[in-house]
Amino acid sequence: MSKVSDTKLKTKQIVKKHRGDKSALIAVLQDIQEAFNYLPKDALTVTGKALGIPISRVYEVATFYNAFSLKPRGEHIVKICMGTACHVRGASAIQDKMERTLCIKPGETTADKKFSLETVNCVGACALGPVVVIDTEYHGQVTMAKVDKIIGKLKEGAQQS
Amino acid sequence: MVNLIIDGKNVTAKKDTMVLEAARSAGVDIPTLCAHEAVSRAGSCRLCVVEIKKGNRTRIVTSCLYPVEEGLIVNTKTERVLNVRRLVLELLLARCPRSEVLQNLAKELGVDPQPRFLPDTDKGKCILCRSCVRVCEEVVGVSAIGMSARGSHKTVGTPFKETSSVCIGCGACVYVCPTGHIVMQSTGDKRKIWKRTFKMQTCEKCGKYFAPVDQLKFISKKTGVPYNELAVCTECR
Amino acid sequence: MKKISNAKALRRVQDDLKQNYDPNKKLVTICAGTGCRGYGCIKVKEELEAEIAKQKMDVEVRATGCFGFCEKGPLVVVHPEKIFYQQVKIKDVPDIISKTVATGEVLEKLLYRDPQNNETVMREEDVPFYKKQHRLVFGSNGMIDPTRIEDYLIIGGYSALAKALTEMTPEGVISEVKKAGLRGRGGGGFLAGTKWESCRRAPGEPKYVIGNGDEGDPGAYMDRSLMEGNPHSVIEGMIIGAYAIGASEGYIYVRNEYPLAVLHLTMAIASAKEAGLLGKNILGTDFSFDIHINKGGGAFVCGESSALFASIEGRAGEPRAKYIHAVEKGLWDKPTCLNNVETWANVPIIINQGAQSYASVGTEGSKGTKIFSLVGKINNTGLIEVPMGMTLREIIYDMGGGIPKGRKFKAVQTGGPSGGCIPESLLDLPVDFDKLYEVGSMMGSGGMIVMDDRSCMVDVAKYFLGFLQEESCGKCIPCREGVRRMHEILEDICAGKGKEGDVELLEHISTGVADGSLCALGGSAPNPVLSTIKYFREEYEAHIKNHRCPAGVCKALITYSINPDKCTGCGLCIKVCPTQATSGEKKKPHAINNDLCTRCGACIESCKFDAITVE
Repeated sequence: MSKVSDTKLKTKQIVKKHRGDKSALIAVLQDIQEAFNYLPKDALTVTGKALGIPISRVYEVATFYNAFSLKPRGEHIVKICMGTACHVRGASAIQDKMERTLCIKPGETTADKKFSLETVNCVGACALGPVVVIDTEYHGQVTMAKVDKIIGKLKEGAQQS
Repeated sequence: MVNLIIDGKNVTAKKDTMVLEAARSAGVDIPTLCAHEAVSRAGSCRLCVVEIKKGNRTRIVTSCLYPVEEGLIVNTKTERVLNVRRLVLELLLARCPRSEVLQNLAKELGVDPQPRFLPDTDKGKCILCRSCVRVCEEVVGVSAIGMSARGSHKTVGTPFKETSSVCIGCGACVYVCPTGHIVMQSTGDKRKIWKRTFKMQTCEKCGKYFAPVDQLKFISKKTGVPYNELAVCTECR
Repeated sequence: MKKISNAKALRRVQDDLKQNYDPNKKLVTICAGTGCRGYGCIKVKEELEAEIAKQKMDVEVRATGCFGFCEKGPLVVVHPEKIFYQQVKIKDVPDIISKTVATGEVLEKLLYRDPQNNETVMREEDVPFYKKQHRLVFGSNGMIDPTRIEDYLIIGGYSALAKALTEMTPEGVISEVKKAGLRGRGGGGFLAGTKWESCRRAPGEPKYVIGNGDEGDPGAYMDRSLMEGNPHSVIEGMIIGAYAIGASEGYIYVRNEYPLAVLHLTMAIASAKEAGLLGKNILGTDFSFDIHINKGGGAFVCGESSALFASIEGRAGEPRAKYIHAVEKGLWDKPTCLNNVETWANVPIIINQGAQSYASVGTEGSKGTKIFSLVGKINNTGLIEVPMGMTLREIIYDMGGGIPKGRKFKAVQTGGPSGGCIPESLLDLPVDFDKLYEVGSMMGSGGMIVMDDRSCMVDVAKYFLGFLQEESCGKCIPCREGVRRMHEILEDICAGKGKEGDVELLEHISTGVADGSLCALGGSAPNPVLSTIKYFREEYEAHIKNHRCPAGVCKALITYSINPDKCTGCGLCIKVCPTQATSGEKKKPHAINNDLCTRCGACIESCKFDAITVE
């Protein structure tokens, strides 16, 4: 089965899970993002048809919310917390360091598709600030030296796998 | 019937009338940009703001969406109101420096560009009033265009910025756009809008090109009226 | 949990649970909130369990909700003595089990040490961070496993629901909440009872009750800890509210960024349903009510009620003009009562204690307690719950432990991006809804960001406007365009490109943005700017007139230099500098080339001798 029809089938299953409820559009998109690590265009078209929502509306919702990415994302999603507490504790300097280390800006993915960088507005772990969340792991009291260590480890792991 | 006071004048209006209409019918002028008779109200441009007083509480509200109330006191030219209108126009002049409509409106209301706002060069004449999106959704019913992103990145257009397969080239969006941002080019048997070229239908009677084939096909499908009966321009009907 | 058929059966279940519980039995609780998980508390828990198994002891290790003292996690308490251990590491576990749990021997090195007098404190309630707190809503977090409904029942959970459903009328519940003077804890501070009453009276069916768990204010995480740590308290409050209003369906809207809260709430709803405390014919009465969970999509604006409704309805989170209140036309244009989750968690307490007792805490205009998140440049970062009316000084110094590294307090920001900065001169301000408004700030959801003399107030204003610009929905012109332009001016000021008259212009734009915006995001966007101008105008003027950033933050206005008296020539700064701006020979003082230096801070971080000065 081709990749496109895989996408379409999986999307239809997700819509079915939400019982074709139009108001569940955001939940459907969240499940699609969970399944594909981003929102493929085909998935959005199928969603619109399956829910009976014009594609322009699906596109509006998909581009409105921060949680969604319309571009394929990397294997590791690096999220830098830009909440006030983290900001006051130097999150901007950590963001700059992360950008230098990965050579990408927030919203971008590395050429080898290993890392995507995002900023997030407060994950609620302020005692650990500055905080960087990578996939599901929270890294606290991040320093520039720690950035090197953490990314270094992941790059190593990525090479091994 | 509801009695209220607008700029010191006693005004009577039917229940569920908006303050904007009530004011205009009493000869009080209130500027608008995002309100169009063809579509629902959004209250997004904020140009039509007025100051209302209920009891001893004053508020700034958009008159296009505020229904008349018994005993309501409305003032359309207080300092707060004029301040908001001035700011809105200063911001719009900076956003769409090439829009003649906005320049004329600003002149009319005595507003000059704010030199500290660096003019944008990539927004065209779009003020994001959403009238085009609303008319395509509510009146035409195809929702070919929509908004995307949010905040200062918000734009209006076709999904994925690709040509829309559901657009029927009717030009309703052009008609309602207050600034003429949307471009529709009609040359001979072709019409180009939203980066898509539409073949035009000639009128059975006078032979002029008058509407896109896709638009007539759409109307035919929607109403059940046979295509050939629709292929007559409005003048020849 | 079997279905509980009526109020009497509930009492029996609670009594049975209490009877079978031996309060003198050894128990080890460990905080398992998201913050402590970031410290690796789950591995500590597993190690504790493994060690107990190894030593063949019969001791429960309970992962509980957030204790609040986030700075010192992982936190472990040994019961029944309530010995409070902080910053527990895996290597501490064998001793904790073989010494404290087995014999009651206290491990000094794990106790909290008060930096004021260098004395250790043994019990949780004696730790200065907790001493002045009044943990009405939050207190149970440390004793319950949020994934077990039994833990909530044993402390009397759902008794308030039983009382409301079987001994009170809906109007009676509303009257009680009104008498208690409960004001919304999400930011609006509106009288909850009045809101409920309007919703009850509004025509239309079905009615909805919503728990707002969107908590978008950066630096505020009280709601997260409440939803993670005691989800049943929120659920119970909502059921009581639904009964009072006549609603049949409810939603809890949780931020996308809080996966653990979503999980715990989902589990709690399932177990409440199983127990007949939610769903059809609750506790055998003819009242039915169900709750769904909606995850946010990542948009601060969705904390605004009409944007939240749009999100639940599957649309982009754009607010709409509020000329018709949500209590009359809210979700799907039906009467809707939206309250913050902390507000809902207060409801069972009011019903159990009675309005009079509840209202005996707090100030004239602000009854009860409030949970605050104390974060930023503060020694004791964490969540505190205090009676309304406590002063900022008590909060920041007595509980917060003051400013780290001996630095000086400069300001505390309250109310998130809608709030303002409060300077040192107002530290004795009693914290309540009205007092905070009076000084140009607001309570907001309860975030308190503490700043010291190395925080630049212009940078803070720029930060908030940048945040709001990103989060603006973009619908209305004053917010979308106005906040953007204000941000641009602040960026100029911080980059040394500020112009004479910029401050006055910012004040002028602020009025238009505040008056003209469609919703409170834009409406209160000017607050951080106006409050920093009000109390720190000289800092703005230093940036604009003198091209200086007195706090040493704004990169374009500062220079780094190496102090030759402190520099040992170790070469670390040369290693880490991304632009090769530092140079020097080994063992000789190094120097920084300011033309190449980007003020990234890498050298300051790496220097062990504090040899780099910022001007």
